[in-house]
Amino acid sequence: MTDLAVVVFDGVVYSSWLFMMAAGLTLIYGVMRILNIAHGSLYALGAYVGASLVGAWLAAGYPPVGSYALLLAAALLVGLVAGPLLERGLLRLMYGRDEVVLLLVTYAVFLILEDVIKLAWGVESLVVAEPYALPGNFHIGTLAYPVYNLILIGAAVVIGLAVAWGLYRTRQGKLLLAVIHDREIAAAMGINVGRVYLFTFTIGAALAAAGGALTAPAIAVSPGIGVEVIVLSFAVVVIGGLGSLGGAALGALAVGIVRSAMVRYWPEGELFSVYLVMALVLIARPKGLFAAPEARKI
Amino acid sequence: MKRALFQLVAAGLTALLAAAAGAQQPVRIGIVTFLSGPAAGPFGVPARNAAEIMAESINAGRVPAPYATKGLGGAPIELVIIDEAGGPQKQVAELRNLAQRVDLVIGYISSGDCLAVAPVAEELKKFTVLFDCGTPRIFEDASYKYVFRTGPHATMDNVSTALYVLERRPNVRSIAGINQNYAWGQDSWTDFEAAMKALKPGIEIKTSQMTKLFAGQFGAEISTLLSSGADVIHSSFWGGDLEGLVLQGAPRGLFDKHVIVLSAGEPAINRLGTKIPDGTIIGARGPFGPFAPDTEFNRWFRGVFQERFGVPPNYASYKMTNAILGVKAAYEKAQKAGAASPNQEQIIAAFENLIFEGVGGTVKMSLGKGHQAVMDVAVGTAKTVGGEFRIVDIKRYPADQVNPPEGVKSEAWIRSGMKSK
Repeated sequence: MTDLAVVVFDGVVYSSWLFMMAAGLTLIYGVMRILNIAHGSLYALGAYVGASLVGAWLAAGYPPVGSYALLLAAALLVGLVAGPLLERGLLRLMYGRDEVVLLLVTYAVFLILEDVIKLAWGVESLVVAEPYALPGNFHIGTLAYPVYNLILIGAAVVIGLAVAWGLYRTRQGKLLLAVIHDREIAAAMGINVGRVYLFTFTIGAALAAAGGALTAPAIAVSPGIGVEVIVLSFAVVVIGGLGSLGGAALGALAVGIVRSAMVRYWPEGELFSVYLVMALVLIARPKGLFAAPEARKI
Repeated sequence: MKRALFQLVAAGLTALLAAAAGAQQPVRIGIVTFLSGPAAGPFGVPARNAAEIMAESINAGRVPAPYATKGLGGAPIELVIIDEAGGPQKQVAELRNLAQRVDLVIGYISSGDCLAVAPVAEELKKFTVLFDCGTPRIFEDASYKYVFRTGPHATMDNVSTALYVLERRPNVRSIAGINQNYAWGQDSWTDFEAAMKALKPGIEIKTSQMTKLFAGQFGAEISTLLSSGADVIHSSFWGGDLEGLVLQGAPRGLFDKHVIVLSAGEPAINRLGTKIPDGTIIGARGPFGPFAPDTEFNRWFRGVFQERFGVPPNYASYKMTNAILGVKAAYEKAQKAGAASPNQEQIIAAFENLIFEGVGGTVKMSLGKGHQAVMDVAVGTAKTVGGEFRIVDIKRYPADQVNPPEGVKSEAWIRSGMKSK
């Protein structure tokens, strides 16, 4: 029983991390039809800015508890600066082009941002573990877990609920859904599609940065951390169905728990656990778990 | 007046010609090391820094004896530094370009890159010195004329840590591993597991976790290791993965409940310091960094490096330095044999089976038909004393004890009980 609880808990922690990235990625794809490879760099930027702010805060001798607010501030900062800059400065000029062109553009942005990170922070890793260890441990059976894991799970749940609420319960969200459904009709009805795009991309960027910033205390923030993330979050988004928030949540959960079970019972299989889930889902549902049915356009 | 001017110009020209005849052509060395990507921080840049400071010091004649002569026997060194990032295919293409621009190449941290470039260097007939990559397969599966490796291969890392563990914990009954799922991690675990089995027959293997390279998150793996009940946990993690394992494992008690062996842990010391829990067994892939003997040469090297870069040199810095010193020793040996400006063939002939003094200890090119180095190796234990991180209980193992004899493959040698010559 404890074994099962451990597998599920480890899986849920991993899922929370995956979901924070996948949520932004699927939102951007749903609205803008852009598979944003630069999402990985925004995650890395969130981690670097978060680690730098917390590092400076702790070095100045301020109470470590304040570092949690700084991690969130880092996510907002990256989202509000990098999001509009990329959307207004570059992506806006590319709208209407083929999805593959936009994919290549975001790949170029990814490469550029990787070098920007290297220019700004160098190649040394940043380590700010204090927020990870500060809240102490709790136990499942005999195994100790940092309470910070619960903060990660909580953050993922809050982010998921907030985005869902924003999408389905607010006017801005309904405008956004209208654009997802049909961009041209939405524009014809007077919706400022450009503003919706800007809003969506900024939220997506902030979600990626939040994933990075909240992960920073548990890892060594080092060059290349965005690469692994983008591959995994793509897989999760594809499993859930491109553009589906609920699908991303379920996809993240499935990947997290299957991976955790593999690690415990069949470690050799861990490497392809994500792709196993993806293959099984796509065999049954080729467009992912919750892909919206597409209207046939004549 | 005209005549005086003519004489002055003629004298000037003569002096210039004389100077040109006396000065030796510079030796251009291509340096290939990670300048970007995850391996740049722990290995690539510390190695680049060592190359730069050694080239400067050698050209100025500031290196202590036996390397006090300026340049390579008087010929100044010029470095052409390129990035190793991008994978083996890219490195093969880069080497083909670089080979046209330099006299020799020193480089390569990744075993995958070494395996890919060694046959190409041979095909191009370009003198190439591998300085860091670990796989024993380079000279165990092939034979090269133009390729050398001045860094010891990885077998001794895991044999020495196995010996160290069993000397201190003879009652160990079980082991587990967490390694990266590619050649380095797999080979390291295979060697450690085989060495432990050979030294302690009947030892139980609890679990072998093979994680994706740069996975960064190890929650489930740490849970499995904690539940495994293994006495000893081995990891050849490096870079961000190593730091992540320490940061995530330490608060959960992984380092308290098990003896943890980090076979390539030394580069993490500069970044993690006192965050590395007491009792962690650490290797440095040779007698490098804090494991280096306290000689005048070592003190000089650490001093100039620390002064310039603000951090002490790590094992990648030591290994790059040894590669450059090896080339210098071979060049000057070829000069002593009668070639004032030795050509590539003469330098290679001098390099084969060479024994030279490296920073950290003596380097013997005794394996791989005289192309593969062996060195003594040291293993130690982490301990924080008065808020300062230290390596204590350092044990040195002679090269012959932890390396297979010439002509014997590492894996077979370990399985057969690791007999010395």
